[in-house]
Amino acid sequence: MNKDMKILIVDDFATMRRIVKNLLRDLGFNNTHEADDGLTAIPMLNTGNFDFVVTDWNMPGMTGFDLLKHIRADPELKDLPILMVTAESKREQIIAAAQAGVNGYIVKPFTAAVLKEKIEKIFERL
Amino acid sequence: MTDQSSQPENFEQLLRSTTGELIEKIEQGELVDAVNLLQQINDARNKNLYLEVGRLTRALHDAIRDFHLDTSAVVGAEDEFSDISDAADRLNYVINLTQDAANTTMDKVDECMPLASDLGDEARSLREEWARLKRREMKPEEFRDLYKRMDTFLESTEQKTTRLSSNFSEITLAQGYQDLTGQVVKKVIVLVHEVEDSLVDLVKMASQVDKITGIRHENAQQKTEVVDDSPTPEGPAINAEKRGIEVVSGQDEVDDLLSSLGF
Repeated sequence: MNKDMKILIVDDFATMRRIVKNLLRDLGFNNTHEADDGLTAIPMLNTGNFDFVVTDWNMPGMTGFDLLKHIRADPELKDLPILMVTAESKREQIIAAAQAGVNGYIVKPFTAAVLKEKIEKIFERL
Repeated sequence: MTDQSSQPENFEQLLRSTTGELIEKIEQGELVDAVNLLQQINDARNKNLYLEVGRLTRALHDAIRDFHLDTSAVVGAEDEFSDISDAADRLNYVINLTQDAANTTMDKVDECMPLASDLGDEARSLREEWARLKRREMKPEEFRDLYKRMDTFLESTEQKTTRLSSNFSEITLAQGYQDLTGQVVKKVIVLVHEVEDSLVDLVKMASQVDKITGIRHENAQQKTEVVDDSPTPEGPAINAEKRGIEVVSGQDEVDDLLSSLGF
C-alpha cells in the first residue's frame, strides 16, 4: 500500500475530519485533504487525482451515499476506492451502500485499529 | 374542560327526546308541528355550536400560546424571543461547546504526543549507554558525555512531565462541557414535552369540533412511502429496538453482514 496516496476525507463535522486525519497520520498517511460534503468533494475529486475517499453518510448538501453513487457512475472516477465511516447503522443502509459499490463500511464510534484493518483490507483486494 | 362537555350532551338528549315526537307528528300528518320541532332542534344545535366555537377559540388561543411559538412576525412584537427559537439557539450552543471541547482536547493531545515520544526516545538511548557503562565498556570521555546527557535528560524530563501534567489538567477541564450541555439539553427536553402536551390538547379540541359540527372525515389518505433507492440518513440509532428498526450493534455485525453479501 502506498503511504503517499492522496486521500479525501469528507465529513460535515470539522472535529470528525480532524479525528480521521489524525488517525490516518498515525497510520503513516500524510497526504490527506478535506471536504465538508459531497458537493464540495466532487470538484476536488474531478481535478485532484485522488487515490482514496473516506466519507461520512449524513451530510447536508450531498450525502455520502449520493457521493458514492455519483463516483460509481462517473467513468473517470468509478474505480476510486471508498470507505464509509458513519453513524448510520440500519441494516438496510449497509446493504444499500454495499450494493452501490462501497469498498468498506465502518460504524461510528470506531477505533484506530478498525480503521487500519479496513484500509488494509480494501487495498489488499484492489 | 369537564363542565363544558355538558353542552353537547344536552343537545344529544334533546335530539333523542325530540326525534320520537317528530316521527309521530309526521305520521299524523301535522307537518307544521313537525317543522317547528325541526326548527327547535336546529336552534339548539346552532346555540350549542356558538357556545362551543367560543370555548374552543379560547382554548385554541391558550394552546397556541403554550406552543411557545415565535409570533413576533405575525403580531409585530419583537421584544421577546420565542421558546422554540431560544431552544434552537441553545442546541447550537451545545454543538459549539462540544466542538470547542473536542478541539481543545485534540490540540492538547497533539502537543503531548511528541513530548511523550521524545522522553521515550531519549530514555531508550540513555539506557543503552547505561548498559555499556554497567558492562564497563565505556571510555572515560564517553562517560563524561553520558554524565552531561543524564543531567540534560533529567532536566528535560522534569520540564516535559510538567507540561504533560498541565495539558492533562486542561484536557480534564475541557470535559466541563458535559455539565453545561446537560443542563441546556434538559431544558430543551422540558420544552419538547410541553409542546407535545399542547399538540395533544389541539388534537382533542379538533375532535370536539368534529363532534359538535357533525363533520365526518373521509379516511385520511394513507401516507404513501416514497420509493427511493437512497435510504434517508438519520444519524446514530437511538432506541432502535423500541422503534422496531433493524440496526447493527457494532462493527462486528457490519462485517458479518457485509461478508454475507460477499464482501
